[in-house]
Amino acid sequence: MTEVKSPEVPAPPAAVPAELTPERGRWHRVRPFLPLVALVLAVIVPYSTLPLPGIFEGPLNSPGTLQVLAVCLVFGGLAAGYDLLFGRTGMLSFGHALYFAAGVYGTDILVTKAGLPLWQAALLTVTGGTILAALLGAVALRTVGIAFAMVTLAFAQVGAILVARDFGGFTGGEEGLPLDVSGLPAGLVGVTNTVNLYWLALAYLALVVFVVHRVSSSPTGRVLAGLRDDERRIGVLGLDPYRYKLVAFTLAGGLAAAGGGVYCLIVGGASPHITSSELTLSMLVMVVLGGPGTRWGPVLGGVLYMYLDHRLTAFGSSDAVESLPAVLSRPLSQPLFVLGTLFILAVYFFPGGLASLTSRLTLLRRSLLPPSRR
Amino acid sequence: MTEPILNVEDLSVRISGLHILQGVSFTVAPTGVTVLLGRNGVGKTTTLRAIVGLTPPAGEVRGTIRMGAQSLLARPTHRLVRGGLGYVPEDRCVFAGLTVAENLRLAERRGVSPAYDKVFALFPELDRRGRQRAGSLSGGQQQMLAIGRVLLNDNRLLLVDEPTKGLAPKVVTEVAEVLERVAESVPVLLVEQNLAVVRRLARDAVVLAAGKVAWTGDAQELLLETALTRSLLGVGSGESQHPAEPGRAAAGKDGH
Amino acid sequence: MGTVILLTLTGLGLAALYFLVASGLSLVFGLADVLNFAHGLFLGVGAYATWWAAANLPGAGSDGFGFVLAVVFGVAAGTLVAVLVELVLIRPLYSRTIEQVLVTVGLSLAGVALLQATWGADARPFPRPDWTRQVTGILGAQVPNGGLLLIIAAVLVLGALLAFLRWTRYGLVIRAGVENREMVTALGIDVRKAFTLVFAIGGAAAALAGALGGVYFGTVSPGQGGSLLIFAFIVVVIGGMGSVVGSAYAAVAVGLLQQFVNYYGPSGLGDVCVVGLLAVVLLLRPQGIAGKVATA
Repeated sequence: MTEVKSPEVPAPPAAVPAELTPERGRWHRVRPFLPLVALVLAVIVPYSTLPLPGIFEGPLNSPGTLQVLAVCLVFGGLAAGYDLLFGRTGMLSFGHALYFAAGVYGTDILVTKAGLPLWQAALLTVTGGTILAALLGAVALRTVGIAFAMVTLAFAQVGAILVARDFGGFTGGEEGLPLDVSGLPAGLVGVTNTVNLYWLALAYLALVVFVVHRVSSSPTGRVLAGLRDDERRIGVLGLDPYRYKLVAFTLAGGLAAAGGGVYCLIVGGASPHITSSELTLSMLVMVVLGGPGTRWGPVLGGVLYMYLDHRLTAFGSSDAVESLPAVLSRPLSQPLFVLGTLFILAVYFFPGGLASLTSRLTLLRRSLLPPSRR
Repeated sequence: MTEPILNVEDLSVRISGLHILQGVSFTVAPTGVTVLLGRNGVGKTTTLRAIVGLTPPAGEVRGTIRMGAQSLLARPTHRLVRGGLGYVPEDRCVFAGLTVAENLRLAERRGVSPAYDKVFALFPELDRRGRQRAGSLSGGQQQMLAIGRVLLNDNRLLLVDEPTKGLAPKVVTEVAEVLERVAESVPVLLVEQNLAVVRRLARDAVVLAAGKVAWTGDAQELLLETALTRSLLGVGSGESQHPAEPGRAAAGKDGH
Repeated sequence: MGTVILLTLTGLGLAALYFLVASGLSLVFGLADVLNFAHGLFLGVGAYATWWAAANLPGAGSDGFGFVLAVVFGVAAGTLVAVLVELVLIRPLYSRTIEQVLVTVGLSLAGVALLQATWGADARPFPRPDWTRQVTGILGAQVPNGGLLLIIAAVLVLGALLAFLRWTRYGLVIRAGVENREMVTALGIDVRKAFTLVFAIGGAAAALAGALGGVYFGTVSPGQGGSLLIFAFIVVVIGGMGSVVGSAYAAVAVGLLQQFVNYYGPSGLGDVCVVGLLAVVLLLRPQGIAGKVATA
């Protein structure tokens, strides 16, 4: 009674009106290339000096904007990786931030405290994060449903405690740990090189989307989808749900650790707030806002969440909001209030998330077409 | 011909994409026992649960179900039950952590005096074991409790799901005796695999196969036609009085 | 010896706090299958409402009867919020477990942000009677009165809850519902009324925890509920979901373990040990100490 059901996206009507068919045909031919177009656009963003007042503070290629975008992209990838658990396998993990934090702190500590070259630190961190996910997953997956959620939450809490209490002086406790950039490749250091970090983040996002796509279209992915829909049926087929879930959990953990490494480079260090249960919960918010179990929904959700989180802080201190009565302006200046409320509304009114909006809009458009054209 | 107490028309149930029932129609006579038969997994329990409004949230129910003039679909279970629809579920479902007396007390309703006399007359055991935890009762006693708590209130129709499942032969006979007496005053829609019990109790029969009604008619006639019974139910109607037909053997252990 | 007594009693104080939060969580989960992340919000509402009442409510204050009135106001506010959450947000999603969890997650994020927007992110000094700042000598240990107050309150709540579950009609419905909710409705009982009731009970207990926790810590801050909530979750899982007695045992175990290890080991190790205990319990008994049975 606690298994996750992916929200049902209303299927398009079976009968296609004759007039619409050619348009749909063209659309279907163009559609597979859209991700490629988006990727190319994202790659050339740093060459654009386009100012987008109200959306970003500086022009698109300013270091500040690129850094915000890079963080958004990392979280897009992180959300896509988390969706491998939540949307595609039906595992409600509340501890995914742990593996991300392991990536951030792992990279940071190995570079800053141990003085390793970046590539070694990154390799060790991703390996370590994957092993950590495998070990903790092996314990947590002995439970299912809500108990699993609580156990993963508790494990993540241990991470938060270890970081905050600063055992052995590795993590810098509440202060965080700035990244020692002296040993890093020159191309990744300094404000002028933010563009390289942006591309790195984009590459990470592309990697996660690719991996998640490959996994979910493989036989393993079909077993995972089967687990989400009805675990017993998979058991009846003679497959061991535990092993498949552990594979997904480990893979998602490894991807999150890699994202942590990229994030550490972008923001230049680690701070304890990335271990907070808030972040772990917000990952769920990203996926649900975007559309669980879809290829682009979680990516969109992650990017949009981080963007809103960033912009709402600025928006909250803007004149427009300041001039509102305190009853309104104070809550609006809290990004989490706005995002939490949006999230609740999304659960009620848009169960498929952003990804379901296109099919909803298509339906709406059809129903609004004058009857004579049908 | 009297009006049926229950009318099921074109009932379809889909649960997470699986069509369990596909257009089932039958009626239940206002007196006596109507038995719902069919092979395992054919949707007998799903039918009863759809009638009493307990289809899981992932499920989808279509069709009409009427008790008398009243439509039952889309009404919450507790309303249906208060309206006189008694439900004795598969596997008894007594509250194991509660005492027998508490199990019974749960069925009491405000403004209605519970018929403890009637229940204790049928099941003197329940009176004696009032302080015992229901979980420590034997399978047969649990079944008595499950039936007893439904009989505390007046019912217009009883739905009883496999009351003899997993009981020892002697207990099966006891349960059948009780149901026979209950059916004298209230109509019963019974799901039962034990053909000896069916023979003893049932007047009408409805046979499900592949999510549809395969046969309806007089239950005793059905049992006389051995070949038909075998093709519909996958078991012989056999002359033996104990529930040892193939496929039942595994469930034949005494639950206690 | 004095140290051991002191650690035991402060550990029990912590356990009392956990129990007040966990008992409601456990009942809500056991009966309605709702993993309630918004439970920490009820605690925050209780704490802030008490804090507000002590300064603003006529007749209420930070001492004597005025303080009792402030706490009553805080508990009432927490209860009200809990009931509204159940009626407005949880009930429409009846039986859709995952959506319910998601809604409570959104609520916990938005609710804490709202508290922060209204009263600021920083901790505020909590009004408390003078005697709660003092200590009582027990067997050579100087025990803070605030902690003793928590222990007494938790024992009273435990007793009241058990009596309610054992001897009232609604208690019977809740115990039965924790075992098999569907069968309760099949006996003609509207189990959703019981949902509202357990939310109210849980909200009241959490709000009391907020108010008395404020007394114990001396301050109130928006995030207080969140960090307590995770340990309360652990207590619920260890104690068995739906079991009030199990929650009490588990709260004592967790509170004592945390207090002793944090004192004798490096600070923070106790918290880690608690999670270790959770892992061990889950490996040995996946259903928790008491299983999914409402014990009364």
